[in-house]
Amino acid sequence: MSIEVRGLCKHYNGFKAVHNVSAKLETGSLTALLGPSGSGKSTLLRMIAGLEVPDSGEIHLTGREATFASAKERNVGFVFQHYALFKHMTVFENIAFGLRVRKQGERGIQDRVFELLKLIQLTGYEKRYPSQLSGGQRQRVAVARALAPRPEVLLLDEPFGALDAKVREELREWILRLHEETNMTTLFVTHDQQEAMEVAGRILIMNHGEIEQDGTPIEIFDQPATHFIAQFVGESNFIDTEVSEKGLAVWGPFRFSVAPSLPVGKKIRIYFRPNDVYMTAQFETLQVRARIAKTRFKGTTIEYKLDIGEDKYISAQIPKGVALASGFKEGGEVYAAITAFHVFPIDAEG
Amino acid sequence: MGMKFKSTGILPGFGLTMGFTLAYLSLIVLIPLAALILKSTTLTWAQFVQEVTSPRVMASYKLTFGASLVGALINSVFGVIVAWVLVRYEFPGKKLVDAMVDLPFALPTAVAGITLTALYAPTGWIGRLLEPLGIPVAYTPLGVVVALTFIGLPFVVRTLQPVLESLDPEMEKAAVSLGAGRWYTVTRVILPTLAPAWITGSSLAFARAVGEYGSVVFIAGNMPMKTEITPLLIITKLEQYDYAGATSIGVVMLVISFTLLLAINWLQSRTGVHRIH
Amino acid sequence: MEMAPRVDEVKTYPVLDPARALTEPRWVRWVLIAVALSFIALFLLVPLAQVFASALDKGMGYYFNAVREPAALSAVKLTLVAAFFSVVFNSAFGLASAWAITKFRFPGKSLLITLIDLPFTVSPVVSGLIYVLLFGLQGLLGPWLKAHNLHIIFALPGIVLATVFVTFPFISRELIPLMQEQGSEEEEAAMVLGAGGRQIFWKVTLPNIQWGLLYGVILCNARAMGEFGAVSVVSGHIRGLTNTLPLHVEILYNEYDFTAAFAVASLLTFLAVLTLIAKTLVGLKYEKSRQTPAAQAESGIA
Repeated sequence: MSIEVRGLCKHYNGFKAVHNVSAKLETGSLTALLGPSGSGKSTLLRMIAGLEVPDSGEIHLTGREATFASAKERNVGFVFQHYALFKHMTVFENIAFGLRVRKQGERGIQDRVFELLKLIQLTGYEKRYPSQLSGGQRQRVAVARALAPRPEVLLLDEPFGALDAKVREELREWILRLHEETNMTTLFVTHDQQEAMEVAGRILIMNHGEIEQDGTPIEIFDQPATHFIAQFVGESNFIDTEVSEKGLAVWGPFRFSVAPSLPVGKKIRIYFRPNDVYMTAQFETLQVRARIAKTRFKGTTIEYKLDIGEDKYISAQIPKGVALASGFKEGGEVYAAITAFHVFPIDAEG
Repeated sequence: MGMKFKSTGILPGFGLTMGFTLAYLSLIVLIPLAALILKSTTLTWAQFVQEVTSPRVMASYKLTFGASLVGALINSVFGVIVAWVLVRYEFPGKKLVDAMVDLPFALPTAVAGITLTALYAPTGWIGRLLEPLGIPVAYTPLGVVVALTFIGLPFVVRTLQPVLESLDPEMEKAAVSLGAGRWYTVTRVILPTLAPAWITGSSLAFARAVGEYGSVVFIAGNMPMKTEITPLLIITKLEQYDYAGATSIGVVMLVISFTLLLAINWLQSRTGVHRIH
Repeated sequence: MEMAPRVDEVKTYPVLDPARALTEPRWVRWVLIAVALSFIALFLLVPLAQVFASALDKGMGYYFNAVREPAALSAVKLTLVAAFFSVVFNSAFGLASAWAITKFRFPGKSLLITLIDLPFTVSPVVSGLIYVLLFGLQGLLGPWLKAHNLHIIFALPGIVLATVFVTFPFISRELIPLMQEQGSEEEEAAMVLGAGGRQIFWKVTLPNIQWGLLYGVILCNARAMGEFGAVSVVSGHIRGLTNTLPLHVEILYNEYDFTAAFAVASLLTFLAVLTLIAKTLVGLKYEKSRQTPAAQAESGIA
């Protein structure tokens, strides 16, 4: 089932939770809705599920208009952040709920539930109650419950938010495999960019109720479309400076080529990632001289605070092995160049 | 389905439940209360004022409000001690005592009324101890105070208990680490934290006592101008077919109840103190 | 060269025992416990003892006669009827109002909740007065009722109405905070899975609120059976016909038959003690069901 939304709006008492959002998700895709708290992503998901009614705009599911259809009619599966398992029912009854409601035969229900228990690797747990399960187990039951009535779309609202890091990782893997097996159109909401990058084939980044970028993880990472995305996704430095002549901006010893269309004197912000700073012990090419002011050990990488003179600093990050081989030390002299950066005019920021 | 209700939420049943709620509320509460207000408008303002400020009525206000206040104060003093002891100390039978605190809620007011009267009458178990000391209790305002104290007992205790239970022990340890002694910690750190719940509980006890009838009417003596409480005065006027009088005083009591309700709600919303059961 | 100070020259600071400062000295504790227990004994235990002592004053035979006397039995019946209707009607109201208030958004919610609370603060006498003013002979609907030969005041319907009024908010006030705490996620989940309104209510909501509902019913019932002031106003006090148990106690007392009065009162006292026991037991289960979904999500085995 494909999902298409056009111009969706939802506000609460004047606060715009979702503003003019349009997107199209193809059948079988695995998409993430990524954004900080309050960006409107959960509201958008709930509108698609039928748990909220939009104030304006349209929702189409597999080409059919579904804007005001009830949640039942939409045939979607929804997984809540806090699982929302029925406390007073066993695992079996929880998973069977959607089937019992549709008055399916007992035999069919049994088969389907056990099939799903196998899928979520909880065979043997059917008589347990939610309070007897761990967080990760509960979430898997929640997914099975949503899948039982064979929905055409699976929607997950921060499904792993309430779990700890290790369990989150395992479940991420699991969702990926599940999607490969079922090939169901899946849309999940998260505020964890690593999760979005690792799991989804496509990411919709939301901020202040609007979609700021729609692309693959690599596109988002390498070509952020706005200020917000540049500093929200991955780590970045940013520099505030002005266009000094046509097509050029200068900051300390660095010279950046910028779009010729930007007027001279225009204030701009330049983002670049610490990983995109090329550091060497000897001068190679187009580099600037710098002194290592501080080093920080970050596990698999080492971060350096570089003093480039004129009281200006940038941070660079390189893999530990390379750093050790190059012999960089605090106080030492190095040569650095910025190999990738993005420029945004400052008044374009929201 | 109702598109006009779309902004209320997507779960079903709003129309049905809201309709029933409003209908039932109107039938049982609002319309009868409106009848009271309506009936009172058959009097002119001057007549109304005369009814509610006549000497006998004023004397009943004095007794009702005065005794309720004293009862609430007694309960606020002993209530905090009982709550403290129940939350912080261990002793045999504590659970039993805890359950018993709700007795004034559960016991019918008439039973409380005749029992307290029997106890504090000159021939009663307690009355005969106090009589020789020159402290008559039954059939005096003091008896009214005793009854109203009984009635309000659970309010302060039950409002304070959850607050005491959820007090952060770290707070006391911090005070100690800063050099505070026990008395200082209790009076300057803990008690002020309890103040909102304390006031709320005492207000609830007061509000309950003001309207109380059954537990008071036996021990009071009911002598006009001396030991007559306002609710009794309403009944007396009804029995004498003085509807105007009964209605007027009823309106006064209703207005006071409503004001107290609003004040207590405001207190609770400001301080986040929960209702007791 | 400086020498290290000798051991006996080293100054020591007075030891502050943190355990001592974290609780009251022992004697203070015992005094407070004594004061608290004396207060409780004086105001609660002694009256309880008094009821039973006076009831048995003239022996068991007299006691049973008083309790089995026809007027007493019809008072029991009337009390049970009034309590039954109060519990049933106010439970229906409690469930409906809690559903409307906690599952939906609409303006005027706090006004509605305040109005629901109103009977809780109104004096019982005023609670009875309003029905007399509405349905009594001189009341707004008096003439109409008389024309149709309908009796509300001084008859069963009036007593039931007054009892319903004074117990009006009990169940609603328990369910509203409970359902607010529990949230609507389970209901939403059921809805997406295809359940209709009735199914959601019976299969999902009701099991979650059962202890709160039972708790409210216990409180409602206790108050309904014990109500005195309101019923006194609407009753007419016709022995054997329009007297509930509390009114019957009053009649016996006013006739100076103290022992019989206390005998009947002891029935109500048994009821009160039973209520306290039920309340405590159900209360424990109730507390457990009050976790918010987020707290529940984090609890459970690791």
